[in-house]
Amino acid sequence: MKAEDYTERSETIDTWPVHIVTYRIGGMYYCTIDNVDPGARFARAEGATSDEAERAALEKARKYLRQTRRFPTAT
Amino acid sequence: MRDDVLVGTNWVADHLEDPKVRIAEVDVDTSAYDQGHVPGAVGWNWSTQLCDTVVRDVIPKNKLEELLGASGIDNDTTVVLYGDNNNWFAAWAFWQLKLYGHRDVRIMDGGRKKWLAEGKELSTDPPKAPKKTYKANAQDDSLRAYLPEVMDAVRNKSASLVDVRSPAEFTGEILAPPGLPETCQRGGHIPGAKSMPWAKLANEDGTFKSDAEIKALYDGVGVTGDTPIVAYCRIGERSSHSWFALKYLLGYKNVKNYDGSWTEWGNLVRAPVEKP
Repeated sequence: MKAEDYTERSETIDTWPVHIVTYRIGGMYYCTIDNVDPGARFARAEGATSDEAERAALEKARKYLRQTRRFPTAT
Repeated sequence: MRDDVLVGTNWVADHLEDPKVRIAEVDVDTSAYDQGHVPGAVGWNWSTQLCDTVVRDVIPKNKLEELLGASGIDNDTTVVLYGDNNNWFAAWAFWQLKLYGHRDVRIMDGGRKKWLAEGKELSTDPPKAPKKTYKANAQDDSLRAYLPEVMDAVRNKSASLVDVRSPAEFTGEILAPPGLPETCQRGGHIPGAKSMPWAKLANEDGTFKSDAEIKALYDGVGVTGDTPIVAYCRIGERSSHSWFALKYLLGYKNVKNYDGSWTEWGNLVRAPVEKP
């Protein structure tokens, strides 16, 4: 058993750059999404197809990213 | 020095059956191990097994002894750690094993991502690890910084503080990495800290850059190893990654990980904060 159909790509969700990795192990597809900076995985999902796994992971990613606030940096 | 603490995926593939070697996966995403792991690897959960679950602290000595013994590790075992997110929590585990004095512990360069991307063999079988007896040393506090020491570093410039978080966390634009829960009250950084995001030390495939490249990066911000160094991030795992590079790749003698990090400092009443 090994990871197959391994793909990586970058996208932007609501101004946040993200990195999307999808692969299949056995009969299940897994999708993980990390914020490009710093590179922390914050959303993941699995599905019977690559599209299904990505759709579900992207939905979670959008939800979590909407909760991220930006603050002014001047003191 | 690098070869003593860092092994490649091919080295690991060649040592899957080596009885002197025990491989352990430590992920941010604690479900990843169950999808499939390096054959024979044990899985450790950083949030329940590599910490004190009551007090905020590293794993207690007796719990570490239990965990390692149950994982088939004794004091002479070569422990190879790997995980997701470019080995963040593998480095966290490495730091804790060194805190308790384990002699031979190494990190699989590139971690889980590289193993998967290379299409190397995975298994969902539970590892067959004959139980062993492990005896840990007392904690080595020369590897760990606590709040009073960091405060002293701010007041007296007694150590170089290295903030390894992302630039947006350093400036206080965000309180946590995008998509993750905010766990502090204030943004910014510890006064006097130099920004050297951990990711700058890594290549695209998650492996560490060369020693010369890493040294040049730190030299560029004036962190040369001539004075004590304290690395911090948000909760101490990213800074374990940088601590590993500073101490074991560059060989700097006095390097500590401040695992209290920004979730401690950024929540302190009246602690000085620098922005941006």
